[in-house]
Amino acid sequence: MAIRGETGEWEVVIGLEVHAQIVSRAKLFSGAATAFGAEPNTQVSFVDAAFPGMLPVINEVCVSQAVRTGLGLEAEINLRSVFDRKNYFYADLPAGYQISQYLQPIVGKGTLTLDMPDGTIKTVGITRLHLEQDAGKSLHDQDPRLSYVDLNRSGIALMEIVSEPDMRTAEEAGLYLKKLRSIMRYLGTCDGNMDEGSMRADVNVSVRKPGAPLGTRCEIKNVNSMRYVQQAIEYESRRQVEIIEGGGTIAQETRLFDSRQSTTRPMRSKEHAHDYRYFPDPDLLPLVLDPEWVEELRRALPELPDTKKARFMREYSLTPYDAGVLVADRETAAYYEAVARGRDGKLVANWVMGELFGRLNKAGKSVSDSPVSAAAVGELVDLVADGTISGRTAKDVFDEMFATGKGARAIVKAKGLTQITDTGAIEAAIDGVIAANAEKFEQVRAGKDALLGWFVGQVMKATGGKANPASVNEMLRKKAKG
Amino acid sequence: MELTDLTIAAARTGLAKRSFSALELADAHIAAAAKARDLNAFITETPERAREMAGRSDARLARGEAGLLEGIPLAIKDLFCTEGVRTTAGSHILEGFVPPYESTVTANLWRAGAVMLGKTNLDEFAMGSSNMTSHFGPVKSPWTRRGDNRPLVPGGSSGGSAAAVAARLALGATGTDTGGSIRQPAAFTGIVGLKPTYGRCSRWGIVAFASSLDQAGAFARTVEDTALMLQSMAGHDPKDSTSFAAPVPDYAAALGRGVKGLKIGIPKEYRLDTMPEDIERLWRQGIDWLTAAGAEAVEISLPHTKYALPAYYIVAPAEASSNLARYDGVRFGLRVEGETLDDMYERTRAAGFGAEVRRRVMIGTYVLSAGYYDAYYLKAQRVRALIARDFTEAFQRVDAILTPTTPSAAFAHGEKTADPVQMYLNDIFTVTVNLAGLPAVSVPAGLSGDGLPLGLHVIGRTFDEETVLGAAKVLEDAAGFVARPY
Repeated sequence: MAIRGETGEWEVVIGLEVHAQIVSRAKLFSGAATAFGAEPNTQVSFVDAAFPGMLPVINEVCVSQAVRTGLGLEAEINLRSVFDRKNYFYADLPAGYQISQYLQPIVGKGTLTLDMPDGTIKTVGITRLHLEQDAGKSLHDQDPRLSYVDLNRSGIALMEIVSEPDMRTAEEAGLYLKKLRSIMRYLGTCDGNMDEGSMRADVNVSVRKPGAPLGTRCEIKNVNSMRYVQQAIEYESRRQVEIIEGGGTIAQETRLFDSRQSTTRPMRSKEHAHDYRYFPDPDLLPLVLDPEWVEELRRALPELPDTKKARFMREYSLTPYDAGVLVADRETAAYYEAVARGRDGKLVANWVMGELFGRLNKAGKSVSDSPVSAAAVGELVDLVADGTISGRTAKDVFDEMFATGKGARAIVKAKGLTQITDTGAIEAAIDGVIAANAEKFEQVRAGKDALLGWFVGQVMKATGGKANPASVNEMLRKKAKG
Repeated sequence: MELTDLTIAAARTGLAKRSFSALELADAHIAAAAKARDLNAFITETPERAREMAGRSDARLARGEAGLLEGIPLAIKDLFCTEGVRTTAGSHILEGFVPPYESTVTANLWRAGAVMLGKTNLDEFAMGSSNMTSHFGPVKSPWTRRGDNRPLVPGGSSGGSAAAVAARLALGATGTDTGGSIRQPAAFTGIVGLKPTYGRCSRWGIVAFASSLDQAGAFARTVEDTALMLQSMAGHDPKDSTSFAAPVPDYAAALGRGVKGLKIGIPKEYRLDTMPEDIERLWRQGIDWLTAAGAEAVEISLPHTKYALPAYYIVAPAEASSNLARYDGVRFGLRVEGETLDDMYERTRAAGFGAEVRRRVMIGTYVLSAGYYDAYYLKAQRVRALIARDFTEAFQRVDAILTPTTPSAAFAHGEKTADPVQMYLNDIFTVTVNLAGLPAVSVPAGLSGDGLPLGLHVIGRTFDEETVLGAAKVLEDAAGFVARPY
């Protein structure tokens, strides 16, 4: 996003650190459960509460989820990584340190591609991915004087995924988050529910004159929705340009996003003045992965969005944009493909993206709880393709299917919607309409083409919509010519 | 013979023959402990639990289902969490803390049939070499200098455990050894103290001091008894990622191995100019005993020895500063209310930790701080690697290493406490072993000029407790140490 300031254009440079909660029944270093929404402090082991003498033991599922995510980001998998302690005091950090990976993360450099709206692709570098524990939650609104602590989140496994400063607009940052979420959902490694806190982002923003070296960055902590990420970037980049153009300099600092005002403000210095005193956790041995095991995980990866998109474009003749939309979500892609297999992919894409998505959106539903099955949409598309019903009728049938869950063929039969293909019957209807509107038809004969549409409409009305509009049109033209 | 004078081995025989019951054995020790309260060896005595456990042992003995330590009354260092029994770590900050879980090592002992007499005093969080830093007051050694009644330290940090075994208040005791905390008090009180290889015993449920150095071990009055204790304590524990996944060998069987044909290393760097003559003499005596039993003494070099203490006093406080962060007044133990969260932390930790713990937390925080990490912590870790390499190279030439356990005999209450560095020097022969993670034992081998026990120290290869115990048995037999306190 080039920002136009008083001194000309500014380039915005954005990097993201995403904290993604790993899909795992147990925590990173304890056997306690991880389900969202449980009563406070009901999913806490003595390890999570840092009782004396308790020791962490790595959860292998979380390790494999991190490796699979790394593989999905086409990243280097580090066969040896090290857990470090990040030390700081807070009431919801029971041990007084968070176990994280500092110098030797489990996943190194990778890439992620953004599907731009114009159909092009932009590549964003991934710097690293590491495993770490989540902290608990402090509740400051339960008592006027006291704070409460809920340790259910304490020890839950997170992946911190750090991007290179490769993004230039708020839109790209949004696309990055969507793509990352899409990949993790395909892999089943993170559910990506930002409103449940299972995906949060720290946003690094700086500005510079095009071609100049990187400017000083500010980090906006813990932004928990895609929209907020974009708003934060927009506000923060303008703020920085205004400061620099006003003769000031940017202080490298940590800021908070204020969602009510869509602004950012500096954290109080106490909130971030930490010297974390990282050092290798002596309770844990270095994490050493068997290369064979990593290869097994690689072989078992599902088809990921980029590969699927390319295949959809190839097999179903889709545009990059349509393919991108359809593969963004694993269920949608599966749904589309179930309909499209053996049918006209382009036509099916129109039905799925236009008719189905529109109705789902209106009903606030997702593909996975669509009242119309893929098989049912296929049936409807077939009825249109073989001329049994018109496209116009099909849309009404689809409404009925969506409302009742009934099959297309059953609805067409019950309502007698089968298209009239008997030209004799259509001709009789046309003749009737012409006879009743002889004067108007004279005008058509005289060349007033605009009126032809009106006649088509009248005939369709007379046939209860069952006539094929294209044939009606063609027959009317013949009659007008004489 | 008093029941409290028995060895564990003899008590096992007596119990098996039904010469006396486990309950009688427990009662004898309960009474002894009650009479010896002036030693302050126990922080918590658990006579009811002891009697109840002894009763169950008698039932199992009667059914012929006796475990290895069936009915053997033991004292437990109060650093091991014991379910339902207050655990203090010798600190005010754990006030009121009753663990809802049992440490793996003590659980192993109870499974073997052992009986818990109580929780023994220790330096606060195991930080000390004198047992003077306990919140529950110093432990008095049962020993005194000839012609001098001033109370002496039992050594530390496992001072209560050592005093209890030496004073016949328990047949054996658990300890933990981070820099010498089992071996030094064993030497000071004239008993056997065994620190196994790092990873041999689970650390799960033991209040952590310095995780990469802490290791549980045993006190008893004979080498054989410590072997029986270790047999029951050791083993892989999936709950401790640093515990060693391999079967535990038969340690008692290793006792008869002797040292014939073994090469025993004598590290030249351990000959200190300041070492008292009686320590020097004891060491020479030890070498003679081993060579008389068929071993060959070989001079070796452990060139990085002089850096061991500084490295230890960086690594251990660094880990401690982080391990002790959990004592914050939020979830358990002492809380001193404050105006803000930080205020509560500061008041709680200032009131809860003693001077030595505060000193080490501050040292540890300092050496891990940005800008100092490389110069201190990282360098200390490099030194540690070099010390481990010294031993690896030495063990290519020798099978075990013999040194004195301590550079002096026990000192009096109040001596050496003014200058922490003087206190730290007590660990000079023992810390290297922790830094390298090796097994070592201290065996009582003689008396100082003023009649205090002195220990010899055998160090072995990683996970080779068997050779260490075999050599210790030879020293024990040769020394014929029969001196007793009082």
